[in-house]
Amino acid sequence: MPAKHPSPIAEDPSSIAGRLSGKRIAVTGSTGFLGTAIVERLLRSVPGCEVVCIVRPSRRFDPLERVRREVVRNDCFDRLRNELGDGFDGMIGDRLSAIAGDVSKDRLGLDAEGMRVLAGCHAVMHSAATVSFESPLDLAVEVNLLGPCRVADAIRESGSNAHLVAVSTAYVAGNRRGEAFEELVTDTWYSPEVDWQAEVAAGRRVLSDAENESRQLERLAKFRRQAHRELGAASTPLLAERGERVREDWVKQRLVDQGKARAQSLGWPDVYAYTKALGERALLQQRGDIPVTFVRPSIIESALHEPHPGWIRGFRMAEPVLIGVGKGLLKSFPGLPEGVLDVIPVDKVVAAIIAVAAMPAPEKPTVYQVASGTRKPLRYRQLVDLVTEWYRNNPLYDADGQPVIVPEWSYPTRGKVQRQLDQAILALTVTERVLHRLPFRGRVGELSGRLEEQRITAERARGYVEIYGAYTESEARFRIDNTVGLYESMSETDRAAFDFDPIDIDWRHYLHDVHLPSIVSQGRVRTKPVQKTVVDRAANTRRNLLAPGNRLVVFDFENTLVKSTVPEAYAWLATRHLGTIDRAKLIARRLPQVPHLFLLDRRDRGDFQRTFYRWWAGASVEQLTHDAQELFATFLLSKSFPEGLRRIRQHKAAGHRTLLITGALDIVVEPLRPLFDDIFASTLTERDGMFTGELSQAPPVGEARALLIKDYAARHGLDLGESVAYADSSSDLPMLEAVGHPVVVNPETRLSAIARRRGWHVERWHREGDPPLLPIAPKVNA
Amino acid sequence: MSRPGFVLDVDRSTPPILFWRDEQLTTERLPVGSRVVYPPEPAMHIENPDAAIKDALASPILGEPLRARLRAGMRLTVAFDDTAYPLLRTKGSDTRRRIIEAVLDMAADCGVDDVELVVARGLRRRMTERELRQAIGERAYDSFAPKGLIKQHDAENGDELVQIATTDNGDAIEINKRVAASDLVVYAGMSLKPSDTGWHRIVTGLCGRVTLGDGSREHVSRLCDAAAEQLKIFQVDTTIDTSIVPPSLSFLSRREREWNPLDKGRFAIARELTNIAPARFNRQLLNNLTVRYCMTNVVAGDVDAVGKTVAARLHDERTTTISGQTDIVTFGVPSFAPFGPGSIANPVLMVAAGLQFLFNLNEGTPVVRQGGVAILHHPARAEFNSVHHPSYIEFFHEVLTETTDIAEMDDFEQRFASDNWFKQLYQTSYAFHGLHPFQMWREITKALRYLGGVIVVGGNTQTVRRLGFKPASTFQDALEMARDITQIREPSLTHLHAPPIFTADVS
Repeated sequence: MPAKHPSPIAEDPSSIAGRLSGKRIAVTGSTGFLGTAIVERLLRSVPGCEVVCIVRPSRRFDPLERVRREVVRNDCFDRLRNELGDGFDGMIGDRLSAIAGDVSKDRLGLDAEGMRVLAGCHAVMHSAATVSFESPLDLAVEVNLLGPCRVADAIRESGSNAHLVAVSTAYVAGNRRGEAFEELVTDTWYSPEVDWQAEVAAGRRVLSDAENESRQLERLAKFRRQAHRELGAASTPLLAERGERVREDWVKQRLVDQGKARAQSLGWPDVYAYTKALGERALLQQRGDIPVTFVRPSIIESALHEPHPGWIRGFRMAEPVLIGVGKGLLKSFPGLPEGVLDVIPVDKVVAAIIAVAAMPAPEKPTVYQVASGTRKPLRYRQLVDLVTEWYRNNPLYDADGQPVIVPEWSYPTRGKVQRQLDQAILALTVTERVLHRLPFRGRVGELSGRLEEQRITAERARGYVEIYGAYTESEARFRIDNTVGLYESMSETDRAAFDFDPIDIDWRHYLHDVHLPSIVSQGRVRTKPVQKTVVDRAANTRRNLLAPGNRLVVFDFENTLVKSTVPEAYAWLATRHLGTIDRAKLIARRLPQVPHLFLLDRRDRGDFQRTFYRWWAGASVEQLTHDAQELFATFLLSKSFPEGLRRIRQHKAAGHRTLLITGALDIVVEPLRPLFDDIFASTLTERDGMFTGELSQAPPVGEARALLIKDYAARHGLDLGESVAYADSSSDLPMLEAVGHPVVVNPETRLSAIARRRGWHVERWHREGDPPLLPIAPKVNA
Repeated sequence: MSRPGFVLDVDRSTPPILFWRDEQLTTERLPVGSRVVYPPEPAMHIENPDAAIKDALASPILGEPLRARLRAGMRLTVAFDDTAYPLLRTKGSDTRRRIIEAVLDMAADCGVDDVELVVARGLRRRMTERELRQAIGERAYDSFAPKGLIKQHDAENGDELVQIATTDNGDAIEINKRVAASDLVVYAGMSLKPSDTGWHRIVTGLCGRVTLGDGSREHVSRLCDAAAEQLKIFQVDTTIDTSIVPPSLSFLSRREREWNPLDKGRFAIARELTNIAPARFNRQLLNNLTVRYCMTNVVAGDVDAVGKTVAARLHDERTTTISGQTDIVTFGVPSFAPFGPGSIANPVLMVAAGLQFLFNLNEGTPVVRQGGVAILHHPARAEFNSVHHPSYIEFFHEVLTETTDIAEMDDFEQRFASDNWFKQLYQTSYAFHGLHPFQMWREITKALRYLGGVIVVGGNTQTVRRLGFKPASTFQDALEMARDITQIREPSLTHLHAPPIFTADVS
């Protein structure tokens, strides 16, 4: 195989490439940032080796296919792809394989074949980890803490004696001030003695505790209330679904908080460093005869040279902060001006890992730290100056096409910044909640959307400050004596091919020419003043909606086609035949019920409507039917949205089947008959020419509407995926979700937020003319 | 004898001249040498209208008195004009009500039991209960309406139409079934201008939609000839005086130079208030204004003879003679335009009021020369009444965005004509027919073809452009533009000081 891809380095058996030639190397976490870089570098710079990726099994793809999609397709491989041209696929086929394995399962959950493959491995590079500083405790424990032990167990089980190169983090040293040496955690005096097994048990208990607590009476009620607050008077299944999501989020947040608290109580900045440190401790205890080397990088950032300058995968740690600065989103960030931010380009880490793997397996566990802080420190002030300078020359642009000015940096304490952000978030949250409670539509509804965006921005900023603040304020200085020693022991060729000495990093060059341009180009931000000419998306959507076809088009009535509601219709009809005094009496009688009705509307649309319909008990069928026609012809039409009425007819003209679903009375919407193929409305039962005040069946609200249209579509052979639904309220969510093309009309605040998140088409329809201000029938006598 | 109409030649000392501007008022200083045509002052009105009506019924112009035509067991129909007029609400008794009450009393006397009332609404909207009560009186309404004996003519309902003849072209002439089947039809109406008189209004008000065709004057005259042979109609036509606004605002129809300090103060207040207040508020105010219109003539008898007499009297009462045409005609368009009572003068109606109604207030010769320019003062807001004018909304948003040429509107016209929604709104709600905007536009087109250009002062630019006109932000700009269009350095200008409605006799 090596003969196929000759390389000058491979010919020297004493070189790194030469020593690893013909060896099989397993890599965990290959779909991650570091893992991808390792796989690429092994394939490119160690032409004689074979790489086995251990990836989580997925239902859709076999492991190799997953690796091809998620690793090989990454632009990390562009260089290799260009170098090999047509030979690339062949090389991948020959040298890259994959087995299914999961670090959160015992012995990685390997099958016999997996074990056989692992048995032939020279080394295992374990880079799988949950690197988020906000991981839930249970996940971090399973992956970061127990992961390395499980890899060791699997190696032992396979009968091999492969060298385990465990990627850890320099921050296992915790919030230490001063020098942190390349020592095993068990040998370091400042590393707290913690019983990792007890921590594992506690972590698992926290999960079950949180699950239990989330199911307690008050908690469940709270989740239900929150779901209700978000969705309004939506249907029960919808509220249940949302409520369950709220509960799951709560449990997760609980685990995140617990993890953070536990980590900080033991002196680590976050759950990542804490579980990594305990993972080292566990591995040292459990490794048996397996040779182990720890590689501890600091903050890994984009590549300095390899595979190409600026290569980075995913939006990582410092990127959101750096982009946030450019966007003007972060006006200050806590940090010590003279402090050192320990950043290391990914290619240096990869080179170190490979160099370590090429060494003879150590008898005693060894540690190599890959960090820049002691050898080529980047001071926080220097970083801020370089970033600010770069943004001044290469500004980002805001939505109006104006360049964002990066402010002068103050170096506030973390507490102060957090306090300011907390206040802003509180103000925004309160305003948003108030808006959600008010019955506003249209512009105000959209305002709440903007507020939500601002709140999310502020919350994100607070998140950065909370999580990354510990790193910018860190005063640990990571010694890299072992690493430098290893580097210096290498030949010139090896040093050139696997350069992991940070001494040659020029921070100005790295930030200005490599890192910032790379993350800005990946950050989906405006880098040009001109606004993109936006294709009129709304017009396109409208055209698509009206494309001829076998479609069902469902309309809601109130606030979708007319700006009116059941109570207004009631008031109009009830006052039609009354004199001034009787009108006043009626209002006096109904007014005290308004608060109750208001609450009822929030709780259950169906019950709300029933209340009004009950008041029609004893009304003459003939009279009310006649009045209802008049109600429609004068009042409702004057409050109608002509664009909506036109839209129905356009759908009809396109050959679509139109359907009206409303809780309004059938006698009221009867005049709409020419516009619809079918109408589902509420029907009052009659006895002796009088209405009884009871409905013949439950009003079609909430999920009943979804069932109804599903049923209807099935009966008429219509494709729901192609169908359109127009509605205005979150109680119509089931109906909107049931069709392929939901359209939201003049949405109330809550639905506006949902529509924005889901990218649904929003129509803003207007009334014409001078509709009456009050829902009171005009007196007929001149 | 009231003062006749008057033509004012504008000189340096002429004060700014009044322009109505939808529901607002404004004044403009006209160039020296322009002329302002004022209507004659209100004619002497009849002191006792009820007695005059009785007299007219007893001594018609041609034929037997009404009483002689009534007999027990006969089928009598009283048809009357709907609300199409550009007027404010009537205070006190409507002339239609006086006539109808007199006729009904007489019919009751003569033992006529089979009586029905028919609103001759053509393609216009149904009248509301409130309007009907106002038009025919509470007494007539309460005794006829509950029995379903007040019908609003429905040009779309084949069951209520019957063919009475064919035109020379062989087209069927369908007319209201009840009217056709009646032994006698009394038609109670009111004429504001000579062209209102005669068969035209009766036929357009009572024929079927298909019969009406494109609604053009030529087509309708053919229908009139056929109808005159078939229908037995006893017409009672009336005229009212030209006091179109309440007495407190009557100075508005007088010459500006004659305004006294109180008038000027009132005008300033009215102008400022209407400018500050929202359009909705102004409209509400105007729609609630009531005016006591005084009857100046009542003539009964054979339709043609009545028509000729009324036209002659209108000419006497409402004509101002001017000599020669000018290059420019200007007028302000008030909100109480035709087809918009109790509603909103939408952009299309605004144009109709200007270029169909006001433009045609003449004895055959327009005050502006061919190729001249019409300058309209109007805010031209794209506002519509969704109950009354749903087809206008779509006409404005769908048709006018494609074309302003009536010749290219055939497809649209057919679609609107066969639109079930418009049809239903026309039949059961209070909407003008889907074809109504097309008829308006056809009428407007005549003026457009005659004119070299139309400029709207102070109108919403987008709306004005969509209508196919030129927007001008000030009156002076409009004059400049008119100079460009006419290619004359000092074009002559006539301003029609209307309302009130009057006829210009250009000699």
